[in-house]
This record gives sequence, C-alpha cells and structure tokens, in this order.
Amino acid sequence: MASGGSNGKPPKIAAVGLKARFGSNEVVRGVDMQISERTVTAIIGPSGCGKSTLLRTLNRMHELINGATVDGEVLLDGENVYAHEVDPVLLRRRVGMVFQKPNPFPSMSIRQNVLAGLSLTGRAVRAEADAVVEKALKQAALWEEVKDRLDAPGIGLSGGQQQRLCIARALAVEPEVLLMDEPCSALDPIATARIEDLIHVLKERYTIVIVTHNMQQAARVSEHTAFMLHGDLVEFAATNKLFTQPSDRRTEDYITGKFG
Amino acid sequence: MTGHIDRNYEAQLDELRQRLMRMAAIVESMIGTAIRALVDGNVELAKETIRRDRSVNRLELEADSLCTEILARWQPVASDLRFVTIALKMVTDLERIGDLAVNICERVPDMVERPQPWDFKAIESMADVVRGMIHDAIEAFVTADTDRAQGVIDRDEEVDEIYHTMFRDLVATMKENPGTLVRDGIHVLSVAKWVERMADHSTNLAEQVVFMVKGKDVRHIGKLPDGAR
Repeated sequence: MASGGSNGKPPKIAAVGLKARFGSNEVVRGVDMQISERTVTAIIGPSGCGKSTLLRTLNRMHELINGATVDGEVLLDGENVYAHEVDPVLLRRRVGMVFQKPNPFPSMSIRQNVLAGLSLTGRAVRAEADAVVEKALKQAALWEEVKDRLDAPGIGLSGGQQQRLCIARALAVEPEVLLMDEPCSALDPIATARIEDLIHVLKERYTIVIVTHNMQQAARVSEHTAFMLHGDLVEFAATNKLFTQPSDRRTEDYITGKFG
Repeated sequence: MTGHIDRNYEAQLDELRQRLMRMAAIVESMIGTAIRALVDGNVELAKETIRRDRSVNRLELEADSLCTEILARWQPVASDLRFVTIALKMVTDLERIGDLAVNICERVPDMVERPQPWDFKAIESMADVVRGMIHDAIEAFVTADTDRAQGVIDRDEEVDEIYHTMFRDLVATMKENPGTLVRDGIHVLSVAKWVERMADHSTNLAEQVVFMVKGKDVRHIGKLPDGAR
C-alpha cells in the first residue's frame, strides 16, 4: 500500500481499494494510500484525474452528488467511515473541508460564520461562543485583522480573509483532519502565502490533505505528495523525493510539463 | 526524448545544453593545442590558445546567467532540475580546465629559451586520455549514458598512474642534473599536475552526468551501487 512515510504509527486516515464513480464512470480506480497523523499530504494531477473526488470520498462528501457511489474503505483511526453505523454529519465534524472558492455564508457576520458549524451540531453554548470564535480566528491567523469588527458581514472581507474565515469555520468544530480543495486557486500571491504559512502552523495539530493544481505549492507545503492520473494513484512519496527523483515516468512527465 | 509542452522552456533548456557542448568542444581542443605548443615550443600557438580561453569565459557567464533565468522563470523539477543544477557545476569544471590549459601555455615562452631534454611523451599520453574523458563525458551528457560516464570516472586512475610514474622519473632526472634542470623540471612537473587536475575536473563532469540521469550522487564513491545502473 502506498504510504506517506508512515513513522511506524498507524495511519490517521487510509484509503483501501477505494473506487469512486459518477454513474458508470469510474473516476477513482482502486486507490490505496496511508496518511500519517499531523502531516500535510498534497494530491496533484491533471484536471479530471480524480484528485478532488478522492478528497471528497475521505469525508463522504462524494456521495452527496446524485448518482455518485463509492467502493472500498476509508479508514479513520482504523474505523471504516463507510460502515452503516457511521453518521456522515458527525464524520464531517472530524474531517473538515475548505473549498476552492471562499464561501462564507453571505447573510452572516464574521462571528456567525465561525460558529455556523457549531450551531448546526448543537454544541455551542452561549458562554463558550466568544472563546470559540477567538480561538478559531487565531488559529486561522485572522483574529488580529477582524477582532474589532466581528459583527460585520463575512462577505465584506477580502478574498484571502474570506478563505481564512472559512478555515476558522472548519476549525471551530475542532476537526482532526482538514481537507483542502485548491484553497488558494482564487487568491493572490500574498493571500496564498498567508494560507501556506497557516498550513505549516496547522499541521502541528491537524492532519491536512490538500488538492492543488499548483505544483510549487505542493512542493512548498507538503511532506508527502500523491500524483494521480486517470483515476489511478501513480506515485505517492516524500515530497522532496517526488519533485527531485520521481520513480514513475508518468510523474516525471507531468511535473516537468511533458504531457502532449 | 519527450519534449516539453511549453516550447519556450524546451528551447531554453536546449540552448543551455548547446552552450555546454560548445564550451566542452573548445576546452577539449585547447588541451590539444596547449600540449602541441609545449611539445613544439610554439609560442604563437600558445598565445592563440590563451586567447581562445576568452570564449570559454564568456560561455561560462552566459550559461550561468541562463541557468539563473531558467530557475527563476520555470522553476524546474525532477530531471530538469537535476539538469540545471549540474549545468551550473559543469560550466565551472569546464572553465577551470580552460584555465589549466592557459597555465600550460603561459610556461611555453620561458621554456623555449632553453633546449628541453624531455620528450613529453607521458604528458602527451595523459592529455590524450583527458581529452577522451571530456569528449566521453559530454557524449554521456547528451545521450544520458551512465555506462559511458562511468567509463570516464574509471579512467581517472589511469591518468593518476601516468602522473605518479612521471613524477618519479622527473625527480630522478632532476637529481642527475641539478644545476641545469631544476627550473624546467618544475615547469614540466607543474604541467603534469595541471593535466592531472584536468582529469579530476573531467571526472566531476562524468559524476554530474550520473546524477543528472539517475539522481544518484556518486561523488567520493566513484561508482553507482550494484543494481542502480
């Protein structure tokens, strides 16, 4: 099984013979991979290779699409997240997600946005709310910029700030794994650098899996990189190894820009 | 060889490859003319060889600048990254070999003032091996042939052996004629040492080719581990 340099410890999250389909179209074709706790794993590959779908199978978001199905297993701390007894909503609290386009709730203030996930799961108690907001915004490196305007609309922030607000919203429910689907593709280089810096800090506490089209970003932020092509996991290796001496010719051709 | 999708990138990598080959061709020829000038006592040929070093220096600057530009513009990875990083080192080795050829040429005007009792055969043999080493290292570079590169690395010992034998013979000859041969003996010894250094730089070139092709660093080990070829 492809392993992201497991350090002898059991993986935090693992895919076992994982297949994902849209109707009869198989877009993830039997992926095995192990992701260690508190590491950053990047998934790269051309458009349509199945990288975002693979990401979305990890917290059962793939199945929300009509006609989408999954075979195989995703193990979170060794437990199959596709087992009958698993509540997908509770699972998504443990495995949070940040999307490509910053998507704060437009009618909500900054504070309400941070608390949105908690309200839904009924965990927030009024007295705790302020502390949760401050902690999540600090973890998302946004607190200093918004602490004096927490009741302003979240949508009024810049794109980069909105994305950090979405990260704060994901962190407020205290997940264990954070999935990021091209989180910087809509951001300028400065906002991107802030998010990347944040990823380096967040990995001290969270296991992060990031899908990116930006190979330099994968090289900068991750410890392990997975290269996918046509639904297959072609290579999964230490990032430094993959970007200097890839083992597979297809990886080499893709990262050096040799696809015809 | 598969080309890059971006033809500008492909063109810049190719330009770098061409400059290295041009530099190597000049340097290889400079070794030949430097030794010819020494053996024949041809001061004009020595001067001509020294002048050609300017082209090598110019190519070094151009190749360095091209490497920096490629790194900044394209951020190469994998074999492209290995190619650009070794190119930076190869130009340095080639430029040094050119300088050593110049050193040899600079001795010629002084040595032609006196009859030279040496036949220079050993130095010519060393220089022939070195020229072959540079030629093969560059062929190995162009064709990504690690066996050929390994052959270059292995030949360094041959040069070392000729040098050591020559050193002993030279010391013996100088002892026999201490009054007249010390000055020129030192010149000849220096020339031999410079040719031996050229072989070391040629070995570096070959080691860099192995790294470019295989991603394995064989410096200070001398060869790829079994099974890695």
